[in-house]
Amino acid sequence: MLSNKSIVFSAKNISKTFGAGKKITTAVNNVSFDIYDGEIISIVGGSGCGKSVLAKIMLGLYGPSKGKFHYNGKKITNLKKHWNDVQSVFQDPFSCFNQFFTIRSQLEDAFNILKKKPSKEEIKRRVDEGLLAVNVTPSDIEGKYSFELSGGQMQRMLLARIFALRPKVLIADEPTSMVDACVRANILDYLMKLKEELQMTIVFITHDIGLANYVSDRIFIMHDGMIVNSGTPEEVLDNTRETHTLKLLDDIPEVHKKEWIKNSHRSKNKEAS
Amino acid sequence: MSENIFEVENLSLHYLGRFGDKTHAVTDVSFNMKQGEILGIAGESGCGKSTLVSGLMGMCIPPLYPTSGDVRVRGESLMNRTVEDIRSNVLAQKVSMIPQGAFNALNPVRKIKDIAADVIAAHQKPGSSMKASEIYERLRSRFDLFGMDTDRVLNSFPIQLTAGERQRSVIGISTLLNPQMVIADEPTSALDVSTQKEVIKMIFDLLDKGIFSTMIFITHELPLLYHVADNIAIMYAGEIVEKGTAEQVVKDPRHPYTKALMGAMLSSEKSQRTRKPVAIEGAPPSLAKKIVGCRFAERCSFARPECKKNTQNIRMVGDREVRCEYAQ
Repeated sequence: MLSNKSIVFSAKNISKTFGAGKKITTAVNNVSFDIYDGEIISIVGGSGCGKSVLAKIMLGLYGPSKGKFHYNGKKITNLKKHWNDVQSVFQDPFSCFNQFFTIRSQLEDAFNILKKKPSKEEIKRRVDEGLLAVNVTPSDIEGKYSFELSGGQMQRMLLARIFALRPKVLIADEPTSMVDACVRANILDYLMKLKEELQMTIVFITHDIGLANYVSDRIFIMHDGMIVNSGTPEEVLDNTRETHTLKLLDDIPEVHKKEWIKNSHRSKNKEAS
Repeated sequence: MSENIFEVENLSLHYLGRFGDKTHAVTDVSFNMKQGEILGIAGESGCGKSTLVSGLMGMCIPPLYPTSGDVRVRGESLMNRTVEDIRSNVLAQKVSMIPQGAFNALNPVRKIKDIAADVIAAHQKPGSSMKASEIYERLRSRFDLFGMDTDRVLNSFPIQLTAGERQRSVIGISTLLNPQMVIADEPTSALDVSTQKEVIKMIFDLLDKGIFSTMIFITHELPLLYHVADNIAIMYAGEIVEKGTAEQVVKDPRHPYTKALMGAMLSSEKSQRTRKPVAIEGAPPSLAKKIVGCRFAERCSFARPECKKNTQNIRMVGDREVRCEYAQ
């Protein structure tokens, strides 16, 4: 189905290790995959499973220790050129903005990375467009600094930057883990909007398989640095016997779930049929 | 009346700004808790959950001041007492708190056993000096209950432990002195789903073993709260808008805000998967100004024109409390 689309990222047996000798840690272990143009891929796994390291490899921040990792068929060499196409949204929005500059000036500064920098008016227009795309009135943040906004608003600012810059690929590393449930639904909607309106390829990293199911075309389940299961949401969620996937599914607290915590007299829905 | 272990009566708290401006973070919160009850408090960020926690412990450290109301543990009032008095006579023994970020709560340059030993040493009765070896013996026997590798955890620095082990150590330290009340402020929101389940398992384990019995559990994750709590109170803009049993609030919400909150939840259950989560548009009102009328009226999809004028009071719908005069 996807074979007629071009491959954006291709990984062949990549590994990433830290340290050496006895203290060697393998964060990513012999992983192979292809990511096609215009897809939303979710990488799901518990903490310490290597999903963030994989994201950093995609951003070019780490090179793989072993194996081949290609973007558009080429090795990542020039980082500035790479970041023209591939941009990211991280977990903690407050650490992504400088407290001493206004948010607006930082959103405009983001265009400095582009090889062909648009004119000042063009930049202003695109930042306004980006802000409107995430339902923020540009005048509301005029002259504001990052500490004056709430966590949910800041996470939107990061997405506004993506809407303005329009990269080809977005790596979203746990963008929803610091925000509460109401804002989370918003952020997922914006990710879908990025895909539909700008045909962006999105790599969405999360530990909640429920979120992954909602947005993605394909899901990779990671455990201990390896991709243990992959496929469409239906394949991964419904028709799987793979233990780590089942554990991730089992661990989500759900209202309808029977006895979420077993063998405790406090468990609910025990006798529910 | 004496069966209520924890009583909160019309508690209001405010922050005093630099220029004398007041932010009323918590307004008119009242509830009672019986021995063995778990009360869940949910709400979005900035609704006053964490401020309420400070108030419930009596730890009103400037710029936070109590405006009015009272908090009583077994009839003993915690209001208008000095911070030193609260620290030495109330915290850890009567009311104990499990903080949000375990990493920030642990001193990075001290081992877990030293941090825990401090808690015991600081709350000793005057005159009865325990030997260091006795303290460590007590620690070891308590940590053995948690199903962790006791020796390794106690002899580690916080940075050497995984996030789950750190959070469990913090829970262990918080409950060392068998407090009558435990207040858990988002103990699992920084963890992934599997670690979250482990931590909840440990809390249930401690409850089953009788280390503590009464708990307030604060989170923004309603499905999690459903599994943990007996009763749930929903907070919005500093007020409790709905309070009832977990079944009632989660499965059959009555207040428009609770309905919207449940609508924003995602579910991976097969039957629920096609349902699209709906985010609540807009933002909560600023608490720095005086608010007239219903606080949720701006974002409420059922709002009527008179909602913006009439202040809503708690009223009973069936056997639950709802702060909306039109809720059925």
